[in-house]
Amino acid sequence: MNALPISRRGPWAVLRLDPVMLLLLTALMGVGLLVLFSATEHDMGTVWRQGIRLGVGVTAMLVLAQLPPNLLRQWAPWIYAVAVVLLIAVAVAGVGEGAQRWLDLGVIRFQPSEAMKLALPIVVAALLAQRPLPPSTRDLLLCLVLIAVPVALIQSQPDLGTSILVGLSGLCILFLAGLRWRVIFGLGALTLAALPVLWYAMHDYQRNRVLTFLDPERDPLGAGWNIIQSKIAVGSGGLGGKGWTQGSQSHLEFLPEPHTDFIFAVLAEEFGFVGVVLVLSLYGLIILRGFHLASRCRDSFGRLLAGSMMFMFFVYLMVNVGMVSGLLPVVGVPLPLVSYGGTSAATLLAGFGLVMGLHSRRRFMG
Amino acid sequence: MLKLTTQRIRDEASEQRLTRRRFQVLIGLVVLALLALGGRFAYLQLGAHEQYAARAEENRIRLRALPPNRGLILDRRGRVLAENRPAYRLVVVPERTQGLNETIDRLSTLVSISERERERFQVQRVRSSPFESLILKSSLSEDEVARLAIERHHIDGVEIEPYLQRFYPYGDSLAHVVGYVGRIDQRDLERLDSDRYRAATHVGKTGVERHFEARLHGEPGLERVETNAQGRVLRVLERSSPQPGQDLTLSIDIDLQRSAIEFLGEQAGAIVMLDIHTGETLALVSHPGFDPNAFVHGIAQDDYDALLSNPRRPLFNRFLFGGYEPGSTIKPFLALAGLEYGVITPDTRVFSSGAYQLPGHQREYRDWRRGGHGWVDLELALAESVNVYFYQLAVELGIDRISRELALFGFGRKTGLDLPGEGQGVLPTQSWKRAQFGQPWYPGETVITGIGQGFTVVTPLQLAHATAALAGRGQTATPSLVGLGEPVRMVIHDDWIWDAVYQGMAAVMHGPSGTARGVADLMATEVAGKTGTAQVFGRPDEDEESEDQVREELPVHLRNHALFVGFAPLDAPAIALSVVVEHGGGGASVAAPVAAALIARAQELGY
Repeated sequence: MNALPISRRGPWAVLRLDPVMLLLLTALMGVGLLVLFSATEHDMGTVWRQGIRLGVGVTAMLVLAQLPPNLLRQWAPWIYAVAVVLLIAVAVAGVGEGAQRWLDLGVIRFQPSEAMKLALPIVVAALLAQRPLPPSTRDLLLCLVLIAVPVALIQSQPDLGTSILVGLSGLCILFLAGLRWRVIFGLGALTLAALPVLWYAMHDYQRNRVLTFLDPERDPLGAGWNIIQSKIAVGSGGLGGKGWTQGSQSHLEFLPEPHTDFIFAVLAEEFGFVGVVLVLSLYGLIILRGFHLASRCRDSFGRLLAGSMMFMFFVYLMVNVGMVSGLLPVVGVPLPLVSYGGTSAATLLAGFGLVMGLHSRRRFMG
Repeated sequence: MLKLTTQRIRDEASEQRLTRRRFQVLIGLVVLALLALGGRFAYLQLGAHEQYAARAEENRIRLRALPPNRGLILDRRGRVLAENRPAYRLVVVPERTQGLNETIDRLSTLVSISERERERFQVQRVRSSPFESLILKSSLSEDEVARLAIERHHIDGVEIEPYLQRFYPYGDSLAHVVGYVGRIDQRDLERLDSDRYRAATHVGKTGVERHFEARLHGEPGLERVETNAQGRVLRVLERSSPQPGQDLTLSIDIDLQRSAIEFLGEQAGAIVMLDIHTGETLALVSHPGFDPNAFVHGIAQDDYDALLSNPRRPLFNRFLFGGYEPGSTIKPFLALAGLEYGVITPDTRVFSSGAYQLPGHQREYRDWRRGGHGWVDLELALAESVNVYFYQLAVELGIDRISRELALFGFGRKTGLDLPGEGQGVLPTQSWKRAQFGQPWYPGETVITGIGQGFTVVTPLQLAHATAALAGRGQTATPSLVGLGEPVRMVIHDDWIWDAVYQGMAAVMHGPSGTARGVADLMATEVAGKTGTAQVFGRPDEDEESEDQVREELPVHLRNHALFVGFAPLDAPAIALSVVVEHGGGGASVAAPVAAALIARAQELGY
């Protein structure tokens, strides 16, 4: 199959990378480090640490881009099984303040739920790609079970935000796989009907977050504080912003978590609407480019998996920026590739590696 | 066969078309969502920018009040009676502690923290935000500061804060005049202007500190400060300095004040000395006093209870609202009325047989000297304090004319001294008695009014003020602690009337049979005076010299009060005074020597 000689494929194809995507990602990570410098009160140490993490992530991206998709497909059940076992391990022996989310392996601590963000799409995409699309009812039900297991495990940590996101990554593949609209609407209606049940299944702090989201002034010094202060930071930024490192909301500690979950508020405060539009555009371009790459994969495994990766990237963006601007409740979702933190960035970059790797083999037939 | 397998055979092209369409849907969704986000930010950052910018400023900028330095209180020669001394206090910011109760417990191992201090801390806590620093203990000793300084860095949310603490260097000798400041309490909060007191912890509670609060307090300054979310001040953006309170110079001469207290010795009593022309109070004594410094940071309950239950009543301001029968010190004023109304002349002679009876009544009103004084004119009647003379004079004047005369001298109403809570005494009249008791005025009551007994009640301040008016031939100024009063004509009599009474009062001091003869003999100038004894217990007809003989065996608290009024020098009156020695016995033997010594001291000091 691999008929074309290397010399005609060009260096990027050899590296199995997309230069446009690389450029966009580099620009975004650069902006992210710039804002992080301000959000951490000029702490170069933190900026360096984040830079190193991003470097690790980029390495993972390069490695995963080389991974033959067939191998991934064959391993899919095992990858998924390992991720589920890790989640169970967290439930049994996990660590963390309040919620058990972390697994301490001695050398590193990591969140198995992050691994699941990759593992679930892989297994669902692999399953659906085995048979013609759209999927049969039997496959659909099988997929729903594959999705439900990790969602339930993550929700029990408890981590509502991540469990919803993981579930979405699986459902997104079903959608791309051509799930019939009437099934989609049926599931949607079912979800709406299940909301009251979900409400009772939620922990008190989760309910509080929802209530506070609906009316932040309910508890302005407590649970509503984050939303109110974030909106003040964003709104006071105005058109041009207060200037880099000049944001009073973030630097005087009114803004909570300025370097992690609320880093977009720092950006909005210091660079204003202009900065917001530029960064959102950058994200938009990355997502569109990602969809473009995904849709051009020749086999459905690649299309489904890459499409799901890009869609989730978009969802993280929406959830985080929606939270910062008061459109969505406060859930602990970092701003993709910008918030301080290694796990999230590594997972995302690994995802981009998969997308680019899948795309580079678009001639490959299943 | 073929048809069966087509289901199984993949149609790559159609699958790709299917996913392509789905990708298009997702791309549409993404674009719409990003536009919606953009719209949201346009609303927040462009539409509602002003509102959020204002809220960011509100967040960032806080107004902080700076307490003004309280004005000093000085005596007439510039000696400091109330000052502000640097001190240290222990403050706690509840929000920054690792557990408030644990922190306080830990601190109490370093400095003693009383239950009361803990309580007060909790009261403050209720009224403040968790970021505010609250006072846990004031007035730390050097040892405590040293101990805390070592440990403080291991205890979060605790600071040692310098401040200025009110201090009264003369302690109990001026407590009833200067008063004291104390912690602002709930009642104070209701009456004080919250803007002026936003940074204040203390306010004048009694005395000059209270009366002149508005002048002493000053105006607080304001700082616009930038704070972080924890309320910690990061920098000062703008500052208007506090305006210190005005210094206040009192008319008191601290030397004279302390001499007066020294002359009273162990005895409880009151002394008021006035400048006749200006109304300035040179000495204002209520003895025993108390240490006002104990009240500045809240006196311990035990100590306060001890002050309250002390039988000598140190907290009671005798010169200001102590009510005493004037006794014979009333006699010069009665004499003035008698002369004015023509009831007597200076030469009118009355025979004192030792007792007086109202026509048609059995009851005898006695002279203090057994057997009486014989024939006496006005001068001798005053000099020897002849009761019968004044019984008769009172009866002939009638209670209403007596009251009219006494009212001219300010009895029965406040003098207007610039201190809070002045008493006004009682000036009885027929209508007063009917209103008060629903009874008519009985003639016998007029008789004893002639010697200052019965219903009449005066304060030492009123006595001194009336004496000043007498010395000034009816003219003196309102008693004052701050500033000079304008002379006011209170009473109009012909000069011969004043001279006749002065002559009698001089004879009290210098006459061969004067009740206070001898006590003023060594003085540079002549003195006019009148002794008196206010009964505490027993019959309403005893007086000066008899006291010592008759009542010496009585327990102290049943002994009579000794009184004296007087002025000096006789020929050009400058100062007037009143002396009350509680349970001292006779005015002549106890109060007059104190008065004479004080007048001598005043003259030494140039008054």
